[in-house]
Amino acid sequence: MRFLTALLIGAAAFAQSVVAAPPPPPMTLVLKDHRFTPATLTVPAGQKLQIVVINQDKATEEFDSHDLKVEKLITPNSRATIKIGPLKPGAYSFMGEFHPQTAQGKIIAVAAKP
Amino acid sequence: MLPALLIVFREVLEAGLVVGIILAATEGVVGRGRWIVAGVAGGLAGAGLVALFAGRISEAFAGSGQELFNATVLIIAVAMLGWHTLWMARHARELTSEMKALGQSLKTGARTLSAMALVVAVAILREGAEVVLFLYGIAASGGDAPGAMLVGGLCGVALGAAISWLIYRGLLAIPTGKLFSVTNGLLSLLAAGMAGQAAVYLARAGIIPTLGDEVWDTSAILADDSLLGRALHAIAGYSDRPMGVQIATYLVILGLLIGLSRVIDRRRGHSGPA
Repeated sequence: MRFLTALLIGAAAFAQSVVAAPPPPPMTLVLKDHRFTPATLTVPAGQKLQIVVINQDKATEEFDSHDLKVEKLITPNSRATIKIGPLKPGAYSFMGEFHPQTAQGKIIAVAAKP
Repeated sequence: MLPALLIVFREVLEAGLVVGIILAATEGVVGRGRWIVAGVAGGLAGAGLVALFAGRISEAFAGSGQELFNATVLIIAVAMLGWHTLWMARHARELTSEMKALGQSLKTGARTLSAMALVVAVAILREGAEVVLFLYGIAASGGDAPGAMLVGGLCGVALGAAISWLIYRGLLAIPTGKLFSVTNGLLSLLAAGMAGQAAVYLARAGIIPTLGDEVWDTSAILADDSLLGRALHAIAGYSDRPMGVQIATYLVILGLLIGLSRVIDRRRGHSGPA
């Protein structure tokens, strides 16, 4: 019985630690004049990420990345949150599908230092 | 003009392929024209609405609104395709024999026309909303030569419609006796691909696990963003770097549809009226 209680407490503590994992740091990309700033975004590999894309243009953009498997419409003067990861270290390109000549960028996932 | 044409054409291509296959799959069914037109009109109206509320949809459900919306409409389309496919497995024999009998009306296939109209509407709604937002963006931001860009965009739409027509006419070259088994196969692939895509959206929204972000990578052979890759993506759910959950969903839906169709067809072959 005592063992069972200990097990339950252990499980609860574990569950809590999972739930209370630190929230992913939000990162921001600004889209203006159909260009992303920063055009290269460095992020930590191996963890879940949230990227907020702020569209300051008058036109809707479709954030599109085959590398990240994300397609998301971002209406004018608004923002969209893109949830990605955990990523393996490497480069992941993305673009604005409606203005591919200028709206290009990439995400570099870097392994955390041991 | 040309960039706008290409961008719009890429969006319209998927819907165009879906509509073409459905036109072939409903060939000869009485009342088909009306239902398909209703599906196209409903899809266009829906595209306008989705475009209008794109911002709201996006913000809903803690920023996962777009993903959930896409997954929902895809799941509806999969259900409709599944219903039609299984219904056809049951009735295909009568349908083909009736088609051969000249002058005899085809009432049989009319049952699932509403389902097919809904799939057409969903396909047009999804891609159409993006086209509407793209064209509206050109008009709104002024830029250089918005007129030429709009003309390019409309040419892209026309080109997509032409693809629909080509696929449809191409499929009709198949002999009548074989047509429905071919279109049923194509619709099953379509359903499986859409189901896989719905799974990707749900995984993106964090609702289901990805079961592996990238099970294989064939982007060097055929990339998703090439025209052929996009076409195969629309028709058969091709993905150059599929998620595990996408493959699993794809296989389950395809297996279910093919398996159940076989069972239904065999049962009819033994006990059904000739």
